[in-house]
Amino acid sequence: MNLRFLGMKAFRTALTLWLVVTFVFVVLRTSGDPLVSLLPADSEPEVIAYYRTLWGLDRPLPVQYLRYMAAVFQGDFGISLRDTRPVIDLVTERVPATALLGLTALALALMVGVPLGILAAVRRNTLLDRLTMAFAVLGFAIPNFFLGILMILTFSLTLRWLPSSGTGTPWHLIMPACTLGLATAGALARFTRSSMLEVLRRPYMRTAQAKGVAPGGRILRHALPNAAIPVVTVLGFSLGGLIGGAIVTETVFAWPGVGRLLVSAVAARDLAVVQGLVLLIAATMVIANLVVDLLYGLLDPRIRVASVDA
Amino acid sequence: MRRLFAVPPLVMLAMLVLAAVVGVCLFGDALSPHSPTAQNLRLRLRPPSWLGGPEGYLLGTDRIGRDIVARLVMATRISVAVALAGTLIGAVIGTAIGFVAAHLRGWAEEAIMMLVDVQASLPFILIALTLLAFFGNSITLFVVLMGLNGWENYARLARGVVLSAASQPYAKAVKALGASPLRLYLRHLLPNVAGVLIVQFTLNFPQTILLETGLSFLGLGIQPPLTSLGQLLGEGRDFLLNAWWIAVFPGIVIVLTTLSISLIGDWLRDVMDPTLRDGGRS
Repeated sequence: MNLRFLGMKAFRTALTLWLVVTFVFVVLRTSGDPLVSLLPADSEPEVIAYYRTLWGLDRPLPVQYLRYMAAVFQGDFGISLRDTRPVIDLVTERVPATALLGLTALALALMVGVPLGILAAVRRNTLLDRLTMAFAVLGFAIPNFFLGILMILTFSLTLRWLPSSGTGTPWHLIMPACTLGLATAGALARFTRSSMLEVLRRPYMRTAQAKGVAPGGRILRHALPNAAIPVVTVLGFSLGGLIGGAIVTETVFAWPGVGRLLVSAVAARDLAVVQGLVLLIAATMVIANLVVDLLYGLLDPRIRVASVDA
Repeated sequence: MRRLFAVPPLVMLAMLVLAAVVGVCLFGDALSPHSPTAQNLRLRLRPPSWLGGPEGYLLGTDRIGRDIVARLVMATRISVAVALAGTLIGAVIGTAIGFVAAHLRGWAEEAIMMLVDVQASLPFILIALTLLAFFGNSITLFVVLMGLNGWENYARLARGVVLSAASQPYAKAVKALGASPLRLYLRHLLPNVAGVLIVQFTLNFPQTILLETGLSFLGLGIQPPLTSLGQLLGEGRDFLLNAWWIAVFPGIVIVLTTLSISLIGDWLRDVMDPTLRDGGRS
């Protein structure tokens, strides 16, 4: 892979991270005294003194800024107002639940969205195509908090098939993952369809047909790899949607992940937890985006050439 | 141009739904004899009148006996007004920033476009939650937040369109005639890019509604005594077991509104941009 392409992407990523940290720093300073904001009101004087020195609050602002950056990059985000534990511990113990939910939703979206998109493109203008597109539009228009509530109403309260909240068994995962994955599945179906349609009318598809390649082989081996390229970009866009969606979905289903922690921290104005979560989620997103970008460059040589020229 | 008037049936339906939503916002008081704040503690959590509920309460009552229809009208008004104000703020700020970027070129343009990229790469709800947590919730901050959501799309579009339009002969002619940059942008370029921006508006508006209702649902947006569709839904969540109608009807209004605007927006985009017309005849 082209070194310049890699370097440019890495530079962008670092720049975004720096801007996010700076944004949080500015918000922190303009909204009040950081010691009051980020430490519990009844903190020991030693703890307050420790953080005063750590963040350099007795120093000029540029020094404070550098100190803050240093602390943040070492994973020190302050202490939670509500249970007086370091923020980093609170967050890390919530990560597995969110990762499980997010990855299941993503897998579900891929398993439903991509095949539906392929089928819709191949069986173009049939009922199946129309239904797929309706599903895609609906997936975008139904907010996931409403979808979650409809599911709880149907599958928990009426049919009594699935637990409405909590965690522990695979059954608990079904509704949150479906709720979170639907919008992504819809977007994937839509993009796979239009990307496949684009590819299907290429001359090499006719060549494959003339050579006598079976329809299944034509679709899967000749069309799909080329159609997959734009779909990877959609996957990149979807990450933001998934993370934003997880914040709401986890709250609806009382799923003990970082999203629910963030909502409760905002409601309680537990600012140390809020800033820690925002920085960590943003960092995750930015790095995931970098991975998607690199994947994209790997899949399509034209991209890395074009973006260097741009 | 003939295609402009050949409105597909689904889009027609979406327009009717949207007209109904606007109608509710304007004349909603006629839909219910009750005030949205009038409590009736003897009629708490009653089902819609067509499901055996009390007369005159078409969609039932909430936990303190307020009429759901009247609550819905009030919530729809606030949700639509907040989303409209937010989307407008975003459109104006974003377009202006895009124009500035295209006008200045050089490092200022680079910096602006970098901010655009950063905002586009993060879910906006994160930024919104940070600001709400640190500055506390107020209706002003909330509307500003709605405006910050999506400005980057307008900025990117406006910059792109201006850059390509600025090389057109008419723009050069206007410049040569001695028009100020402001006049060039507002009088001559803006009308030419208005179509693209209006389409973006219809795509952005549903997203703003979803952001507002989502935050209000979480209890972090519109606060009582005001109400919004998301806030109503959030209230109804605690009564799913015995009063599903409190949560379900606001949800339906949200879906119908966002769905119809999205459908109209998609259609407008296809009509205005022939290259996006998905090869209908191939």
